[in-house]
Amino acid sequence: MSIPTVNTRHLFFTGKGGVGKTSLSCATGIALAESGRRVLIVSTDPASNLDEVLGANLSSIPTPIPEVPGLFALNIDPEASAHAYRERMVSPYRGILPPAAIASMEEQFSGACTVEIAAFDEFSALLGDPEKTQDFDHVIFDTAPTGHTLRLLSLPSAWNGFIESSTGGASCLGPLAGLEKQRSLYAATVAQLADAQKTTVVLVSRPETSALREAERTRGELADLGIANQVLAINGLFQAKPGNDAIADAMTQRANEALESMPESLAALPRYVTPFVALGMVGIAALRGLIEPDAHATPATPSVANTPELPTFNSLVNDLEKGGHGVIMTMGKGGVGKTTVAAAIAVALAQRGHPVLLSTTDPAAHVAVTIENPVPNLSVSRIDPVAEVERYRQEIVEKTGKNLDANGLAMLEEDLLSPCTEEIAVFRAFAQTVDAGKTGFVVLDTAPTGHTILLLDAAEAYHREVMRVQGDMPESVRQLLPRLRDPAYTRVIITTLAEATPVHEAERLQQDLARAGIKPYAWVINQSLLASGTHDPLLSERGRYEIPFIRKVAEELSPRCALIPWLAEPPIGAKGLTGIMHTHIS
Amino acid sequence: MKKLEIYEPAMCCSTGVCGVDVDPVLVQFVGDLQWLTEQDVEVARLNLSQAPQAFASNPDVVKEMEAGMDRLPIMVVDGHIVSTGVYLSRDQLATKLGLAETQANPKPHIKVSESGCCKPKSGCC
Repeated sequence: MSIPTVNTRHLFFTGKGGVGKTSLSCATGIALAESGRRVLIVSTDPASNLDEVLGANLSSIPTPIPEVPGLFALNIDPEASAHAYRERMVSPYRGILPPAAIASMEEQFSGACTVEIAAFDEFSALLGDPEKTQDFDHVIFDTAPTGHTLRLLSLPSAWNGFIESSTGGASCLGPLAGLEKQRSLYAATVAQLADAQKTTVVLVSRPETSALREAERTRGELADLGIANQVLAINGLFQAKPGNDAIADAMTQRANEALESMPESLAALPRYVTPFVALGMVGIAALRGLIEPDAHATPATPSVANTPELPTFNSLVNDLEKGGHGVIMTMGKGGVGKTTVAAAIAVALAQRGHPVLLSTTDPAAHVAVTIENPVPNLSVSRIDPVAEVERYRQEIVEKTGKNLDANGLAMLEEDLLSPCTEEIAVFRAFAQTVDAGKTGFVVLDTAPTGHTILLLDAAEAYHREVMRVQGDMPESVRQLLPRLRDPAYTRVIITTLAEATPVHEAERLQQDLARAGIKPYAWVINQSLLASGTHDPLLSERGRYEIPFIRKVAEELSPRCALIPWLAEPPIGAKGLTGIMHTHIS
Repeated sequence: MKKLEIYEPAMCCSTGVCGVDVDPVLVQFVGDLQWLTEQDVEVARLNLSQAPQAFASNPDVVKEMEAGMDRLPIMVVDGHIVSTGVYLSRDQLATKLGLAETQANPKPHIKVSESGCCKPKSGCC
């Protein structure tokens, strides 16, 4: 097992939230510095308290790390950059344009796209201008721009006056208009990324199927852009001696199965593996534990910790049942278990005699696997996001593309590859399903973000006011937005894990929803080791570290909250799912 | 040369791509604007989030917006507001611009040119 070995000047870590990019970047930085190099770590992780992790007061200029000579770090908060960017664009017009105009401008700059572009703006300052980092032998970034952002920024249409021409009009690139850097700087940045001599991209993943799937997607996207120098880092591999503890055995087995079945092109990359550690990654000493894993002492006796008293999942279902009908939507970032939670709720309600329609976007794992034998009162429908997006794209390009020139078409097609498009395409498919919530229960395992809802709302209101002829919008879609906002009709359940980044991301989702006038009904903390009843020393020590996050969710963030333990038997089939109902208290 | 400016609300996509359904009015409008440029009209679409300075520097437009954001889109011909709150049809645009209405089929791949007197690809420049 080892952390990645580095022979390029630049190192980018990429992977979904919570896989360990910041921990690995810091560990790699420490190892390099201690071998005599001068290293700069650039962190754009808003969830990590990097100051605490490295033991220094960080800012946006390189700061030396006292415990590790030769190591420097700087912190960029992309959300703050996006906010500053939004202010730069909007504040000159406060008091000049009416408040409603200001509010609508602000919303345009409040989405994930803006944060992504603001982050890229910061990267370019460092990467595109060599002088900025000439003091350092290595520059390590703990996140990377997405394929979508890189592609958008390489389109010629992004830069000429296209955006203002009559055939162009607005696009997702709108936020670019106020960026400070020039096109040449961005081009230089993209070129650096694709230069295999200069840059390595580290795909970070947990040994877990959905994380590996995401890593493979990123690998392909970046490879298509010419970024070929990629390696795979599997973080958090848990391997226990068999026979001591059911949870430990299950976790070991699941990790091994995930690794064995990873896509070939991913498996072919140079691979680095770091172990599962119990400690929160705070402090230089903890990070050294990743560099020298065998030197870390495993606790001999299991930790005894009290699980905070929280409602069980079963009691959450009791509350949900009281409505009698309506829509239940689980929300959360990828990999936290939205589909599992949605399926469990659906099965529970159906078993209590209610008619339930479960509509899911789960791709390969497939609801048929999640629910093996038909459960009375429960019907299941599947929405294939890939097919929906493709259908939607074709429709848009067909209806709109004929009026555009080559550049306009290229931009439209790239716009249609944005994450918002997938949200909208899937949302459209769900609209019909939501209609069914008038009489029975409808459970959905995904939902658009608050930002998308606001944009959809504005677009819809605009269409309504402006259109002399009503479009082909079906009634179900027209009703959709008001229904989502009606707490008697729709209940949103936020799903998360008891870890720093997932909780931070879920908190952001909640804030986003609040802007759209939607208040979540409950939070569910999934896969809790603390609640699992494990006696494995390493796992139960990790369980203890969940406590502050569980408390934060239960006491600060959620109106009501349920805890689901990590289960030895995977929650597959109606029997496995009902295992979720009961929480072990250790 | 006549100039048509269209002041539109903040939208991330002018084709209504961000909406759940493609807006046929907007799609038709883009086609109509193409046709206008072929009739030697200078056309500029101004979006609130991308070109706020154009809004702020036009007091007539600001006054309309203060009366209500539903006054958008605002169409301005040679500096005078000719309509608010609707996307004009091709006939209506032609009338406002003093053009004879013709049944031209818009050529799909011509980019807007702001070069003045010559039509794109006419070969005169």
